[in-house]
Amino acid sequence: MEPLIRHKGKVAVLDQVNVDTDQIIPKQFLKRIERSGFGQFLFYDWRYREDGSLNPDFVLNHPRYEGASILLTRNNFGCGSSREHAPWALMDYGFRIILAPSFGDIFYNNCFKNGLLPIKLSEDQIDELFRKTEAEVGYELIIDLENEQITDDHGLRIPFETDPYRRTLLLKGLDDIGVTETYEAQISAYEERHKSYV
Amino acid sequence: MSILKPKTIIDKIWDQHVVVAEDHKPNLLYIDLHLVHEVTSPQAFEGLRMAGRKVRRPDLTFATMDHNVPTVNPFDTKDEIALKQMEALQANCKEFGIPLADLHSPDQGIVHVIGPELGLTQPGKTIVCGDSHTSTHGAFGALAFGIGTSEVEHVLATQCLWQARPKTMKIEITGKRPLGVTAKDVILGVIAKYGVDFGTGYVVEYSGEAIRDMTMEERMTICNMSIEFGARAGLIEPDETTFNYLRGRQYVPQGAAFDEAVERWKALATDEGAEFDKVVTFDAASLVPQVTWGTNPGMCTGVDEVVPHPDSFDNEVERRAAKKALAYMDLIPGTKITDIPVDYVFIGSCTNSRLEDLREAAQIVKGQKVAPGVTALIVPGSKRVKQEAEEEGLDQIFIEAGFEWRESGCSMCLGMNPDIVPPGKRCASTSNRNFEGRQGRGAKTHLVSPVMAAAAAIKGHFVDVRELNLERGARHGTTHSA
Repeated sequence: MEPLIRHKGKVAVLDQVNVDTDQIIPKQFLKRIERSGFGQFLFYDWRYREDGSLNPDFVLNHPRYEGASILLTRNNFGCGSSREHAPWALMDYGFRIILAPSFGDIFYNNCFKNGLLPIKLSEDQIDELFRKTEAEVGYELIIDLENEQITDDHGLRIPFETDPYRRTLLLKGLDDIGVTETYEAQISAYEERHKSYV
Repeated sequence: MSILKPKTIIDKIWDQHVVVAEDHKPNLLYIDLHLVHEVTSPQAFEGLRMAGRKVRRPDLTFATMDHNVPTVNPFDTKDEIALKQMEALQANCKEFGIPLADLHSPDQGIVHVIGPELGLTQPGKTIVCGDSHTSTHGAFGALAFGIGTSEVEHVLATQCLWQARPKTMKIEITGKRPLGVTAKDVILGVIAKYGVDFGTGYVVEYSGEAIRDMTMEERMTICNMSIEFGARAGLIEPDETTFNYLRGRQYVPQGAAFDEAVERWKALATDEGAEFDKVVTFDAASLVPQVTWGTNPGMCTGVDEVVPHPDSFDNEVERRAAKKALAYMDLIPGTKITDIPVDYVFIGSCTNSRLEDLREAAQIVKGQKVAPGVTALIVPGSKRVKQEAEEEGLDQIFIEAGFEWRESGCSMCLGMNPDIVPPGKRCASTSNRNFEGRQGRGAKTHLVSPVMAAAAAIKGHFVDVRELNLERGARHGTTHSA
């Protein structure tokens, strides 16, 4: 996994609550057996019309949000299906950071496993960021994971919190299976104790 | 030693599975059962291969094929990418020594139907699967939750997961359900009342009279939809209903060992005085059959109501969401729910495809005909469900009425196989998600119970099943013949 320490990028908005993972990546694209190449299918039914042409009404198709790497959105983003294809598609499209008041639990976990950072902010902070992003074409934010703060070029400063364990993995780009394997003795001892139970 | 603090069933199972507990870290939790299917596993196996890792406990892992399986002829997969995914599972299970119920096996079916059916699902176990409806297994008093593919790989490699201790919630379902009001209506009612993110960050224990009265099939329907209000897991304390269901099944201990297991399982019950982070109650006695009108399971109302007006919602964000949902669903506020016509009816999915669901639907369908212009499908949850239904003659009741009687799989719940609702068509579905495009691009899904779906198939529009001549037949006291 690629480490994530500090990220500066353009912000795109998706002003909708309860965006489920079926919308992020529809089921017809879950049949691939690779982790790559899902970006082209991100938000497929919203991004493209039925004839396959680009839907100019969908916000991510607006030229001002082209090349965005930070997605600003609303409550309960990523609810529904456990499909990790959702963070794969967001990453492959170019997003590294997602800002929302809350996330679906499974999606939230899946993001960290792929170097995609979901950050929970208050509704007021999210509202403020929506105002700023919509007011300035090309609005950028700087996400500093090490110091857990969000800034912009105009003096904004928003602190945020992440789980320390997950932060460490992300900062170092660590594979957590590798970490778990260092606990081999404890796992084996547990299996021994637990033997008659399973 | 300090006095023991009363514990919830959630904390008891959790504590029994902690392998490592260190400060500033999630717990390393041991997983007793890992269920695997073809869609969320190929990348995990590939990851193992690339790192030169093995599956730590193939004996605690069990795989099947369900999401992609065609239900007309399972062996005739015209979709080459789907076929490749099923072949990959076959090859991966062989390479890593994992038991697999493939399309030739009598055990094949939807992963959340076969786990309980085979007795793999047991009280007190930690159970995971790369599927959000893994919460289903909580009906047995197991801690069961969905995971992503990276976590699938992690469990395959280590049989453990790093997990932060969840908050706990008790949902007490009080009262006796009126006739025609099913477990599906109860869980839809709960989600409608509290919202689709009410359970985020929590594991839920369902309790109360209405839950105690439920069969295992009904409890599975309840726990199945925990994720639809954001709870990764929902569970129910095991009792005689649970033990009677499990006794004699293939993978449970047999004879005296079973009785010993029962004693251990009984001790899992939440202690008197144990504290939950949140407690809510929900009255089942005043509930009516539910129908969703929007594009998430919380957008739901009683069958005797009308499609709500977006202005009736509390805040701007919800008003906008309701407006968008109504536009997608092509519904006009104020329309009576019973005036909404249906084009498709789907009875199936891990929510409602078990023998009892089919029995209840058959009770409505018997001697009737599917309304003209309606396409109606029955997709049993497993090969075993299908076979048992056929032994009871349920297939004939459905076929004579004009239903299609299919092979088992996930089917039209998510349309990864050819069972898709065409654009613009409206479907009464016993599945769990009415998201935009879930059953097919432009498809309009209304979530209902099996009896409500069966009645809609016959009438061609939604009907209040309480007005039909229902018998309190199959629903209570059902025991399995295994």
